[in-house]
Amino acid sequence: MSQDRPLFVVRQAADAGETTLSRIANRFAALQAKNEKALVAFVTAGDPHPERTAEAVAALMDGGADIVELGIPFSDPLADGPTIQASSHRALLSGMTPPKVLEVVRQVRASGREAVPLVLMGAWNPVLQYGLERFAKDAVAAGADGAILTDLSPDEAGEWKRAADAAGFDTIFLLAPTSTAARMALVGKMASGFVYCVSRTGVTGAQSDVPDELPALIEAIRGRADGTPVCVGFGVGDPEQVAAISRYADGVVVGSVLVDLLHRERDNPRVLSLVQDFVASLKAATRGAAPL
Amino acid sequence: MTTFTSVADSRGHFGPFGGRFVPETIIPALDDLAEHYEKAKADPAFQKELDYHLREYVGRETPLTFAEKMTNELGGPKIYLKREDLAHTGAHKINNTVGQILLAQRMGKPRIIAETGAGQHGVATATVCAKFGYPCVVYMGSEDVKRQSLNVFRMRLLGAEVRPVESGTRTLKDATNEAMRDWVTNVRDTHYIIGSVVGPHPFPSMVRDFQSVIGKETRAQVLTKEGRLPDAVIACVGGGSNAMGMFYPFAGDETVRLIGVEAAGEGVDTERHASTLGMGRLGVLHGAASYVLQDEFGQIAEAHSVSAGLDYPGVGPEHSSFKERGRAEYAAVTDADALDAFGWVARSEGIIPALETAHAFAHLRRIAPTMSPQQVVVVCLSGRGDKDVDAVAQRLAMLNG
Repeated sequence: MSQDRPLFVVRQAADAGETTLSRIANRFAALQAKNEKALVAFVTAGDPHPERTAEAVAALMDGGADIVELGIPFSDPLADGPTIQASSHRALLSGMTPPKVLEVVRQVRASGREAVPLVLMGAWNPVLQYGLERFAKDAVAAGADGAILTDLSPDEAGEWKRAADAAGFDTIFLLAPTSTAARMALVGKMASGFVYCVSRTGVTGAQSDVPDELPALIEAIRGRADGTPVCVGFGVGDPEQVAAISRYADGVVVGSVLVDLLHRERDNPRVLSLVQDFVASLKAATRGAAPL
Repeated sequence: MTTFTSVADSRGHFGPFGGRFVPETIIPALDDLAEHYEKAKADPAFQKELDYHLREYVGRETPLTFAEKMTNELGGPKIYLKREDLAHTGAHKINNTVGQILLAQRMGKPRIIAETGAGQHGVATATVCAKFGYPCVVYMGSEDVKRQSLNVFRMRLLGAEVRPVESGTRTLKDATNEAMRDWVTNVRDTHYIIGSVVGPHPFPSMVRDFQSVIGKETRAQVLTKEGRLPDAVIACVGGGSNAMGMFYPFAGDETVRLIGVEAAGEGVDTERHASTLGMGRLGVLHGAASYVLQDEFGQIAEAHSVSAGLDYPGVGPEHSSFKERGRAEYAAVTDADALDAFGWVARSEGIIPALETAHAFAHLRRIAPTMSPQQVVVVCLSGRGDKDVDAVAQRLAMLNG
C-alpha cells in the first residue's frame, strides 16, 4: 500500500526520464530546510480583469508567496463568503472561463516564473463540464500543479483522482473541524501536494482570531495525513494570524484579504506593489516559527 | 417482468445522479443525518408520532376529489384531484417539514434553517418551528420576496426571520446557496430543512419518503373509488417533491404513466425557461449530480418561470434517474398557458390553484382529449393559489392593458 501513496507525488521529468518531486513537494522540502512555513496566496482569476490576473499572480509570487491558488470563478459557490462570492461574480461578468484561467497560468509561466507552484481552486461542475482527463492534462500543460475542488470530497473523487494522477496533477482535499478520524484517514490516502485544513466551520472570509481548537485539529490531521503537508486556510487575514498558525501548520492560506485589496485598489496605479508588499509582510511571518 | 424499483445506493447515488458534492465541513452532518434517518425510519415509534401529527395537525388524509366539470368539459378520462391544497398551510410542503422537525428533535439540533422559492416551504418550516418551539431562519431571494409578499408576511407572523438574499439571480437557487453557507457555518447546532427532493444525500431520499404519503394515499383512494389504478398521474416539477411524492408509490405499477410538468417560462426555445429535465444536461448543483441548466463552461444558468416555486435550474436526482430509465415522462408548460389554466381551474372547480400547480393543469388540458372516458387521471393539486393572486392580477392587468 505504501508504494501506492508515496510521501510526495513523484512526477516523471519530461526530458531526462529521471524522477523528480512535484513542484509542490519540492517547495515544501525547500521550506523545511530553511525552517519556514509556506505562504499560500489566493486570487480569483478574472478579478479585477482577465487581462490583469497574470500580473496579480506575478505580484504574489514576487512578494514571496510559496504557492499561488488561482480561483476558477463559479456562479453558485457554496463554500465562499461574501468577498470571494462577489469577486467570482465580477470575474464571470468580465468573461472569465476555465480555458482563460489556463491561459493566465501559461502567461505566468511564460514570464519566467517557473518555481512557484500554481494550484487551481474552484467548484467541481466547471471541471466536470470541461472533462476530467482533458482538464488535468491541459492544466499540467499550461503549468499548473494541482487543484482544490471545494465541493468534491474524496467519496466522489475516484475518477478525478485517476485522471489527475495520470496527468501528474496534485489532488488537494479539504478537512474541517467537523471531520472525523475516518475522514481524515480517507483524505490522507487520497490527497497529494498538501491537505487543506479549513480553520473553522464556515465559509471563506477574513476573521480576527485563530480558533482555539486549531492546534489539536492540525495534530489530528497530521497523524493521518501520511506525511502530506497540512496548510490552514479560511479566515486568515494578517501577519499575526499567519505567525500564530505557522507555529502548528506547514502552510497558511490567505485569500479574501488579498482579493479585497486587489478590488479596493483596482484603480490605484500602485496596486501591484501594494499587493506585493502586503504578501511580503505575510511571508515574513512564516519565517523561523519554532514548532511547538 | 421485473418490477421497477428505485433505491439510492449507500452514498445516495441513483445511477449517475445524486451523491454528495458539498464542502467537507458538512459531510459529517450528512452522515449523522443519514444515520438518524435510517434509525427513525425503522422505528415504529417515530412513524407513529409522524402519523399522529400528519393526522391531527396537518389534517391528513387529504381528499381525492372527483373533478366532474373538468371531466365533462375535456371529454377524456375521469379526472381526480389530490387535494394537497387542503393540507395545513395550503400546500404539500408541510408533509416534509413535519417529518424533518421530528428528526431535528431526535438529533438534538436546536436551530432550524430553510430556503424557499414561492414561500410555501418557508411557511411550512416556520409553521413547524412555531409549533415545536424552534428558532427559524428562512432564506429567500429578494426577487421572490417581492413576488410572494403574502408568504413573507405569513412567515414573519409565525415568528421566523426571513433573510432576503441579494446574490446572483435573487431567486430560489441563490436562497439555497445562502442556506448551505449558513449550514456550513453553524452545522453543529443547526438542522437545514431542505424543501425538495434535491441536495446532497440523504435529502433526496428522505424528502421523497416524507412526501410519499401523497402517492400512498392516492393509490388507496383510487382503488377504493374506482376499483383500479389510475392510467396516469400528473404533477408539476420544480425541484420535484410533490411529483416524486406522488410518483414513488406508483413506480412499481408500470401501467401507471408518471407525468411531470416543468415550467417552460417564455418558451423552451428562448433562454427564459425552467425546463431542467427537458433542456438541461448532467451537472452538479446544490450538492447532487442531476440534470442542470448550465452554459458550456458549467456555470449555472438563470431559470425563469412566472411561478417562483418552479423557477429553479436544477431538479431532484431521482427525477433525472426516472427520466433516464424511461419510468416517467416530462413535459413543459409556458407562463401564458399556466396563467390561463390558473383561471380555468378556478372557474371549473371552484379551486384557486398555486401557479406551480397550474402548470400541471395546463398539461392535463393538452393530454386529456387524447385519452378515453374509460381512463382515470389524477392531478396532484400541490398547493392553493392565494399567494399568487396579486402577481396574477398584475400580469392580467398588464395583458389587458
